[in-house]
Amino acid sequence: MSARDNILGRLRATTTKFPTLPDVSSWYASHRRDEDVAQRAARLRAALEAVHTEVYDTNESEWQDLLLSIAGKKGLRNLLIGTDTAHGAKLEALHQNNLKLVRYEHAIENWREQLFDEIDASLTLARSAIAETGSLILWPDASEPRLMSLVPHIHFVLLDVTKIHADLHSAMRAENWQGTIPTNALLISGPSKTADIQQTLAYGAHGPRELVVLLCHPAGNKL
Amino acid sequence: MSQVISIHPDSDFKDRSRATLNNPGQRKNFRGAMDFLQEKRRSQFPDQDELAGLRTLGESIRRYSLARLPQLLEQLEKNLNANGIQVHWAESADEANTIALNIARKHNARTIAKGKSMVSEEIEFNHAMAAAGIDAFETDMGEYIVQLAGEKPSHIIMPAIHKTKQEIAALFAEKIPGVDYTEDVDALIKIGRQVLRRKFAEADIGLSGVNFAVAETGTLCLVENEGNGRMCTTVPKVHIAVTGIEKVVEKLEHVPPLYSLLTRSATGQSITTYFNMISRPRQPGEKDGPEEVHLILLDNCRTQAFADEQLRATLQCIRCGACMNHCPVYARIGGHAYGTTYPGPIGAIVSPHMLGLNATYPLAFASTLCGACVEVCPVKIPLTDILIRLRNEAQARPGSVDASLRGSGAGRKALVSTIWKAWSLVYSRLGVYRLTSWFMSRGRDLSPIQQGAWTRCRTPLKPAPKRLRDLLKEIK
Repeated sequence: MSARDNILGRLRATTTKFPTLPDVSSWYASHRRDEDVAQRAARLRAALEAVHTEVYDTNESEWQDLLLSIAGKKGLRNLLIGTDTAHGAKLEALHQNNLKLVRYEHAIENWREQLFDEIDASLTLARSAIAETGSLILWPDASEPRLMSLVPHIHFVLLDVTKIHADLHSAMRAENWQGTIPTNALLISGPSKTADIQQTLAYGAHGPRELVVLLCHPAGNKL
Repeated sequence: MSQVISIHPDSDFKDRSRATLNNPGQRKNFRGAMDFLQEKRRSQFPDQDELAGLRTLGESIRRYSLARLPQLLEQLEKNLNANGIQVHWAESADEANTIALNIARKHNARTIAKGKSMVSEEIEFNHAMAAAGIDAFETDMGEYIVQLAGEKPSHIIMPAIHKTKQEIAALFAEKIPGVDYTEDVDALIKIGRQVLRRKFAEADIGLSGVNFAVAETGTLCLVENEGNGRMCTTVPKVHIAVTGIEKVVEKLEHVPPLYSLLTRSATGQSITTYFNMISRPRQPGEKDGPEEVHLILLDNCRTQAFADEQLRATLQCIRCGACMNHCPVYARIGGHAYGTTYPGPIGAIVSPHMLGLNATYPLAFASTLCGACVEVCPVKIPLTDILIRLRNEAQARPGSVDASLRGSGAGRKALVSTIWKAWSLVYSRLGVYRLTSWFMSRGRDLSPIQQGAWTRCRTPLKPAPKRLRDLLKEIK
């Protein structure tokens, strides 16, 4: 008998009463606020700012300049971008010299030390976000790998303001996570932090010390 | 580096409790931390109706999942396998360590970066690896501090809660080469960050726990603030996750309510910085993430709790630690006094299964039964009922129907049993009762002056000079 058979055998030896399936959907439906895009964006911003995240309103045509000016103020030498992304291409097209753009082109084994030691910051896209908890939803993939949002000291995130869900449950439902869940799905709600020393909150534990969110409004919208 | 300290509870429980009670510094640390965590939690639940509804929902999800546990474990295994994650089953701590060791040997691993995992503490993973010449190092800041000091966590969420920043400053200055004494918390965290970043980059294997395992998608969910959990599960070539068999839920949509209850109850945060959902190893074309992912499903006598309808509720636990944060006993004696991996009220009800009631029954008595833990438990575990049950089990006659657990009857004392038997006799027979109470009231001056623990700080108990029966007669 294997450990598996023994464990399952012991569990099956007990008869359990089957409670009914919990109705999670109706609980969320009855606790969800009725709000428009602007209200959701405001809630997201408030929640993110409460945990030391910088949030900027911008739009499709202006975020690149905004990012460069923030990077300049922070004195960044380089910015890690993904491969084959529209937003990465837009930045590369600017041809500016102060900020070196580094592409995540190789498997981690081939440039681990460089990523850990030399990269100042990164830019990734968030696929969507959650207003209730101030969370960015990232599904890292081949073009924007997992470590982009973890290793660099500063993480810039581009978010389309129309993609903010009310809560985690509605995000899962609306985006059909159950049928399409990727290798790694992430919620990021602020810069890395810890309160492990005498309950004193400190930012920059192991992940990014700073999180900067560029909230992209539809082009032409007045900010 | 780390020295082994005794983790098995025994008659030393009272000695260890006294040690903390007589240590004003420690008591201040725990009191301060508990007040802080209680207030943080309270601020997360301003709406009592919402809290009540969410707790009911959380409880129903956990009960539903446990009722289907064998089916869900099989479904989880099937979907994890389909996703390319290898599943291992371990009946005991030793088996779990052996499985991990075999994986480590296959990869010639020398170092294992560990994310915070109470199950890994439960199986004494670090010692098992050290015995095989493998360096398993903690990366959660609190766990890192505790490991550096050669100690054990004193709280399941905040492992170094018993330490002041002065103690940590001295520890870092002593143990980390090139580090000067500083009490600045930001500077201390920065030191930890620098030391551990180097080690993450070089680790052969990453080990993590699991907060929720989702059967329908084959997904392992990890909850954390620091990012060390993500490092451990993303940087090394191999990721091993280890979890108790009770952590499985059926559906992805069962996760949001439990996650919300967990973070709000534990540290009073609406959400943690990271929620990390892992469903596959690195896929072709992907540039990072482990090439192999393993899940070790651990029983370690959880099936004993499962077999009993009342004790099964023990397995509803989502490990938030709210019960210990609100426990008047834990706040005074601290986590180490319990001598078990899991301290506090949840430790008192879960440890008897893992270590046997014979080794743990004093913990069931380390409670005032005030019910604070029951009030705050996000999944409504009836902790006090279970504590009373364990007290009865501890004193049951071995072999009787009341003795259903490993180690039942271990707390039985002949004198105590005889006294209760006599008590029962007196109170169930009117004639005997009248006679006894008459003798007690008339012979009250014969009461002993020394009445054990009672008279250590109280006046001795004496029966009243007149019985109620006598007083009633006078009124008439």
